[in-house]
Amino acid sequence: MATCSCGCGEDELTKQLDKIIDPYRGQPGGLIQVLTRAQELIGYLPKWTLIRIAKALGLSLQDVYGVATFYAFFSLIPRGRHKISVCAGTACYVKGTNMVVKTIRGHLGIKPGQTTPDSRFTLEIVRCIGACGLAPAMIIDGKDVHGRLEPEQIPQILEQYA
Amino acid sequence: MITLTIDNQKVAVEEGTTILEAAEKLGIKIPTLCYLKEINVIGACRICVVEVQGAKAFVPACVAPVAEGMVVRTNTPAVIKARKLILELILSDHPMECLTCVRNQNCELQKLAEAFGITEVRFEGEKTSYPIDDSSPAIVRDPRKCVLCRRCVSVCTNIQTVNAIQAQERGFNTLIAPAFNEKLANVECVQCGQCSLVCPTAAIHEVDDTQRVWEALADPNKHVIVQTAPATRVQVGETIGAEPGSIVTGQLVAGLRRLGFDKVFDTDFTADLTIIEEGNELLERIKTGGTLPMITSCSPGWIKFAEHFYPDLLPHLSTCKSPQQMFGALAKTYYAQKAGIDPANIFSVSIMPCTAKKYECTRPEMKSSGYQDVDVVLTSRELGRMFKQAGLDITNLPEEEYDPPLGISTGAGEIFGASGGVMEAALRTVYEVVTGKELPNINFTECRGLTGVKEATVQVGDLPVKIAITNGLGNARKVLDKIRAGEADYHFIEIMCCPGGCIGGGGSPIPTNTEIRLKRIDAVYTEDERMTLRKSHENPAVQELYKEFLEKPLGHKSHELLHTHYTKRSNYPSEEC
Repeated sequence: MATCSCGCGEDELTKQLDKIIDPYRGQPGGLIQVLTRAQELIGYLPKWTLIRIAKALGLSLQDVYGVATFYAFFSLIPRGRHKISVCAGTACYVKGTNMVVKTIRGHLGIKPGQTTPDSRFTLEIVRCIGACGLAPAMIIDGKDVHGRLEPEQIPQILEQYA
Repeated sequence: MITLTIDNQKVAVEEGTTILEAAEKLGIKIPTLCYLKEINVIGACRICVVEVQGAKAFVPACVAPVAEGMVVRTNTPAVIKARKLILELILSDHPMECLTCVRNQNCELQKLAEAFGITEVRFEGEKTSYPIDDSSPAIVRDPRKCVLCRRCVSVCTNIQTVNAIQAQERGFNTLIAPAFNEKLANVECVQCGQCSLVCPTAAIHEVDDTQRVWEALADPNKHVIVQTAPATRVQVGETIGAEPGSIVTGQLVAGLRRLGFDKVFDTDFTADLTIIEEGNELLERIKTGGTLPMITSCSPGWIKFAEHFYPDLLPHLSTCKSPQQMFGALAKTYYAQKAGIDPANIFSVSIMPCTAKKYECTRPEMKSSGYQDVDVVLTSRELGRMFKQAGLDITNLPEEEYDPPLGISTGAGEIFGASGGVMEAALRTVYEVVTGKELPNINFTECRGLTGVKEATVQVGDLPVKIAITNGLGNARKVLDKIRAGEADYHFIEIMCCPGGCIGGGGSPIPTNTEIRLKRIDAVYTEDERMTLRKSHENPAVQELYKEFLEKPLGHKSHELLHTHYTKRSNYPSEEC
């Protein structure tokens, strides 16, 4: 079986990926499950994994790429250890989503959709997180809600995540 | 049956009929954009919305099934206002380049804008900025003009089963393209151009090579010759307003002469030659236990498909080049010698119903004459454009004859243009060559028609020859998978890339649909019946070619000039990261 041959040291990952793929070989319907678990394994979905998954499930790369780019859940670029999700729901938007994003940008030097060079943070914009009373709000790592944000608080909050 | 009322008229239709189809029965044409009968029925664009009594919101007529007692209104002020709004929203992200657009006056979006009297677009905002992909020698993608109707995706995925393009990203960023917005030239796209045939705008269109031909025609040092594919004589009329299925053979020849071509030749000639070479190859394979079934190799989209998706079956393909490339190789050798012209000065143009032919002529192995055998391929659409530019309404020209010798052909060559034609032409010749007897009935009607997979057994002397014929690549897969599984006992298979064969090729006039395909097919067989000679082996110019130049079928010269080889390709990029 072909493995990644570009010397990137992905061989062990390839083996683990194949373990995820194996139950779904020849089954296009397993795409979402395989993509989900592949992302859990690698942290994101690099191109070679999409090709490997497409071949194994019997899908065109176009189909796999279409699904992987449709869902915001999947990422094709490396993600940081911590995910900052800034809420852009109506209440937060009115109360200062732009200020929050601008402050984080100033502090970390990344735009939404990007990851810091030290792989510490990934910044993204999300729709209403249901914490309108705390607007403007953000969630870190999908669980820690930080609300009623003021510009000067933000660096301190980020300090808590190594 | 279900009875409903549309615009105050009662109509009874079968259960499962859509509102759109029911309205059609009443002569009401509900406007559509993304809808394409039998190909794309997804209700994406919402132009076809109608009012249904009792429904909370407008209903898209193209996908909504009728119900008993339903009361539909298709043209209330509210409906028309909604359609206008939808159009304005589509146009708000459309480059307003109609005057300089290749689909000017043949664009479904433009027609709708005109019909709805859109004189201004109230919405201004960001515009799609994905770059144009002109990497392919055949097809251009211009995402700026895409209305995301997904017709191209449907035809590529469901009809051709190539899957070279798909929707990616979402919302405003949605893009129809190969994965990673890779260039068409670098992926498993077979260049068939069916996408360009169904695109309502110019988001996918053929590469326009007309300028290169105008320049060659104006160059006094060039001897410019042209060949016309079998299907083009039942197509080109349509590009200047003639009814679908109009036969314009003689006028096409006259028009090409008036454009300034030095010689007007015919691909039908090398279609006849293909039959001699391919027929002999088939008999040889049967006699010597060669790879069977043997599959035809005239259709460059099919060839590329086989290379990407069935590389293990390449030995089944006939080694014969397509008629276009046989012609190209002979034009710069045999014809050049005969006419005493330096092949370096010959500029060889071909008129094809096909975009894949543009790709085929650039394949590196297609240089048997020592030069690029065919210099430029123009689709029927492009030739129509040249006629318009020259002010030639060819339908009013007197009929003229093709030039000898490469313009002499038979009905067998002509029927190459329709699905089943190559098979029928081959049977006419193989039967007589094997049995030495004249065919009692020259018409193999079992080969004809639009059916996806046609099968038959034809008695040729002692040998029952099992044949199969497919059109559209999705249908080809059915037969190819049988071969892979070892379940196919055919001797000979004809595979044509495009639905209906070449008369429905990706370079055909727009629109091309099932009804129009059938008309063109009828025209092809009418043209066959008109010919004095209808069997390839009776073509005197082909006989002379063997006597003077090639010597014998499958001989040394044939192998050098008329046969080719294929390249194994993958349908995935390499996994290297």
